[in-house]
Amino acid sequence: MLNEANLGLIFLSAFIVNNILLIRFLGLCSFFGISTQIKASLGMGIAVIFVTVMACSISWIVYYHLLLPFHLEYLRTVAFILTIASFVQFEEIIIKKKLPALYKAFGIYLPLITTNCAILASAFLGIDYKLSFIQNLIFSIGISSGYCLVIVLFAGIREEIEFSPIPENFRGVPIAFITAGLMSLAFLGFKGLFKL
Amino acid sequence: MKKLIDFKNFINPIWRENPVFYLMLGLCPLLAVSGSVRDSLGMGIAVIFVLVGSNFTVSVIRKFVPSHVRIPVFIVVIATFVTIADYSIAAFSPEIHRNLGVYLPLIVVNCIILGRAEAFASKNNILNSILDALGTGIGFTIAILLIAIIREALGNGTIFGNPVFGTGYTPFLIMIMPPGAFLVIGFLIAIKQGMTRRRKC
Repeated sequence: MLNEANLGLIFLSAFIVNNILLIRFLGLCSFFGISTQIKASLGMGIAVIFVTVMACSISWIVYYHLLLPFHLEYLRTVAFILTIASFVQFEEIIIKKKLPALYKAFGIYLPLITTNCAILASAFLGIDYKLSFIQNLIFSIGISSGYCLVIVLFAGIREEIEFSPIPENFRGVPIAFITAGLMSLAFLGFKGLFKL
Repeated sequence: MKKLIDFKNFINPIWRENPVFYLMLGLCPLLAVSGSVRDSLGMGIAVIFVLVGSNFTVSVIRKFVPSHVRIPVFIVVIATFVTIADYSIAAFSPEIHRNLGVYLPLIVVNCIILGRAEAFASKNNILNSILDALGTGIGFTIAILLIAIIREALGNGTIFGNPVFGTGYTPFLIMIMPPGAFLVIGFLIAIKQGMTRRRKC
């Protein structure tokens, strides 16, 4: 089980073996929407790392110290989505005030993150695997770095595809899906590393 | 002038403006659970239920909600229906609930549902909103079933667990694994693009 593995294994499992985009299929809307340029993808990837790590830690605390003691587990979905939405708002205000340069770099991606299912999913998965706080922290760092890595790689490939001769029916979205399929095939190879 | 009931709202999203193939929304559950036809049917029914519930509720409250807090209100409405769907499926079919796993609560962040609440139900009357929700939900279910039938038939040689190609068939395993999902949907969208292009010529 994941909650008995050591921290390095938890990180690798979340980062590569069960990659959130290519193996678990989460956060795909932004994956296909933004990945036309490397620069934008990197911005989105870093914003996702930042928000996922903070949001997962906060929802872990909310679940174990607020919902469980009062037997309110069935409010999990509502509680988590509200936590993430209000946290993103709060963070936006703080970054805008304290770090205007960073705020400019994040641009539109920060508010968009509220509806990125990768973040809500990492909060749920951390609870489902019964991870401790530190394990959950490492797990969320792994998931979000995996997201960042893959979206940047994918953007690099897509920039090249723009200039390649492709059958007309496959231009645009279809070829992007097929590229993602081939990348996913490559990532499937990591499954043999260890079973988690 | 808007009609009280307009059946176009029901027909349009099923094929011509299909939420999946035309608008490219709601991809995550679509790819994740389409490895088996039975799970896909469960996901489709859950999405139809949540869509109808949230569109109905949003349409009822659309005149009382101040516009600057409407998105959080819509999200809470959707999350409530998702929780109902989650616990009902757990009660009626624990097996499907286990297979859908984390993708069931994640219907909350499915962009189709918030998209219909914001773009349609918050501006239209109750009957039209329900029709729109049914049409969009059925469009989504058709898309997910189509992908699941292709994947399960090629990857496992079965549909609903019944063998379709006879005993001599060697399963094309990659289809039920993650890469197969990307490949099938890529080819389906290419076919739809080709059809649209031919009609224009």
